[in-house]
Amino acid sequence: MGWAGKILRVNLTAGTVKSEPLNMEWAQRYLGSRGLGTKYLMEEIDPRVDPLSPDNKLLFATGPLTGTMASTGGRYTVITKGALTGAIACSNSGGFFGNELKNAGWDMIIVEGRAASPVYLHVENQTARLLPADDLWGTSVWHTEEAIKAKHHDPQIRIASIGVAGEKGVKYACVVNDLHRAAGRSGVGTVMGSKNLKAIAVRGTLGVRIKDFDAFFRATEAAKAVLAGNAVTGQGLPAYGTQVLMNVINESGAMPTRNHRDIQFEGAHKISAEAMAEKRPTDGKANLARNGACFGCTIACGRISQIDRTHFSVKDKPQYWGASGGLEYEAAWALGSNTGVDDLEALTYANFICNEQGMDPISFGATVSAAMELFEIGAITTRETGGIELRFGSAEALVKLAELTGKGEGFGAEIGLGSRLLTAKYGHPDLHMGVKGQEFPAYDSRGIQGMGLTYATSNRGACHLRSYTVASEILGIPEKTDPLATDGKAGLVKAFQDATAAFDSAGICIFTSFAWTLQDVAPQVDAACEGDWTVEKMLEVGERIWNLERQFNLAAGLTAKDDTLPKRLLKEAAKTGPATGRVNDLGKMLPEYYALRGWSPDGVPSNETLARLAL
Amino acid sequence: MTAVQITVKLYATLAGHLPAGAKHNQAPLEVPDDATPASVIARLNLPLAKCHLVLVNGVYVQPSRFDSHPLKPGDAIAMWPPVAGG
Repeated sequence: MGWAGKILRVNLTAGTVKSEPLNMEWAQRYLGSRGLGTKYLMEEIDPRVDPLSPDNKLLFATGPLTGTMASTGGRYTVITKGALTGAIACSNSGGFFGNELKNAGWDMIIVEGRAASPVYLHVENQTARLLPADDLWGTSVWHTEEAIKAKHHDPQIRIASIGVAGEKGVKYACVVNDLHRAAGRSGVGTVMGSKNLKAIAVRGTLGVRIKDFDAFFRATEAAKAVLAGNAVTGQGLPAYGTQVLMNVINESGAMPTRNHRDIQFEGAHKISAEAMAEKRPTDGKANLARNGACFGCTIACGRISQIDRTHFSVKDKPQYWGASGGLEYEAAWALGSNTGVDDLEALTYANFICNEQGMDPISFGATVSAAMELFEIGAITTRETGGIELRFGSAEALVKLAELTGKGEGFGAEIGLGSRLLTAKYGHPDLHMGVKGQEFPAYDSRGIQGMGLTYATSNRGACHLRSYTVASEILGIPEKTDPLATDGKAGLVKAFQDATAAFDSAGICIFTSFAWTLQDVAPQVDAACEGDWTVEKMLEVGERIWNLERQFNLAAGLTAKDDTLPKRLLKEAAKTGPATGRVNDLGKMLPEYYALRGWSPDGVPSNETLARLAL
Repeated sequence: MTAVQITVKLYATLAGHLPAGAKHNQAPLEVPDDATPASVIARLNLPLAKCHLVLVNGVYVQPSRFDSHPLKPGDAIAMWPPVAGG
């Protein structure tokens, strides 16, 4: 138990839905969510498939702890071949949708094919059906959620949907659930749009079966006490959210600024967690209205914000005056320091639009940044931008492009290409700041060396959530390492990667890992599920998942040449801060990493490694 | 002993310990020329256990060096309680 034991298979081409038993042998080897979904994807598609072809599949997968009383046990993962990257995509989301899906009695939904016209999937416990969505097509996530709830006369339905961005083929479109939680990265929403699937609406009331309830109660209570007693998860995250990092990373000299031209942002203090909590002179209110929590979460790091009604972005738009999902650190960085914009209200508005229309704010902000650099060097002009003066620091340009990109209109359609295709189109591919086509998150790897290796080897393209060595290199969790050193970083990255894959596959939030280790997670999984779930087994499963994702990418045509960083990070030294004069020394770390993984010098898992992991 | 000027930056729950006149979580501070992170922490009545992340000019200072790391004129010392994000 822990697992529901059922998969809902939806074929959009045929218009059919059917129930299948979960492969329990695979569940023992891949646990759930990210790992188990990747196993199904690997078995069922040709990794060389065009991500937007009907032959690609789209999986919504919960973990064994999803929908239980385990803290943060509300997560689900969307797994597919990424539209942005052409690599394995697995984007994780919180909110309440994952819990609802699990409580409807499903471990996973596998979506196949392409509908002839727009549809949405309605799931009510064990009953599932495809319904027309012609009236929802062309509307936002926010409208879609409201309309589906009204149509079914049930405000408790939980909905994961795409906005217009996903319909229009914006390469980094998200799947958004519960208005502002998102499976954000790699273009999983783009794949959903290509299938003419507007939304999945779920109501689940069946409960989740647990193997040993008494043991589960003890394990989850003990683990919750660890979260409550930890200064980060018990105090720091609920009070300040992820945005507390804005000043930390800027002070540390690792804040990508103006498309990574610079490494510290002079306006960081204006867009930080501390700034969000300050009362505005205009209306006496703070940008931050309150914090928020996802299903079952005892941390509550979410930010709920309210924009100043007199701000230029919303003064004539009362629909944006209410409180909604506010800035997380990643969004604030990408929309802010990377574009040089220090207008907190403008960033909050752009973030609202990303939620409303279903766009990854990291890739959107980073692509705007790349376009700003193209504009400043003269590679594009107002002729291409439709009259927008696209200069670093322009809040007006950022706001306008959020509106246009969300709807796939004007120059926004080009911003929707992502920075790899955009910079290549205008003759400057070196200005794409990303790996495997996915834009970097908020840490410059010249100032945090281990993150360079994290990015280069991340199976889903540049990402901080595969191996968050920032915790060790900057924040001292679980122990402090030197961010400018390369020694030992290969082992650190591998350890984070394997453990993170296990956390993700259990159906819990990776933020628990600021307080929990697998010693806290394994007893919860073991009490919920059949099988002897020890720390050692969890680590082995994590390593197996990492190697499976690698195999998918190799089969898709990616090679060791894709495990690299842009020239700017490898050749252009940091200009300020502790990392002054440094580039990322990826070349020192990557061979050691391959060896530690049991991969060849070309980054291919050896036969011995595959045999050891039963792959 | 002469006085030197440094900048002190306090964030998150430590911000309440900033000297009067602080702006954007930072303030100039005049300290003796033998000042250390430990002496600044004591002077501002900061709870030592909450001074988890201490950076001088952006570089981490180990807790074991709080009372020996010299602060030079123009240095910026920044401090946070345990925080994280992602």
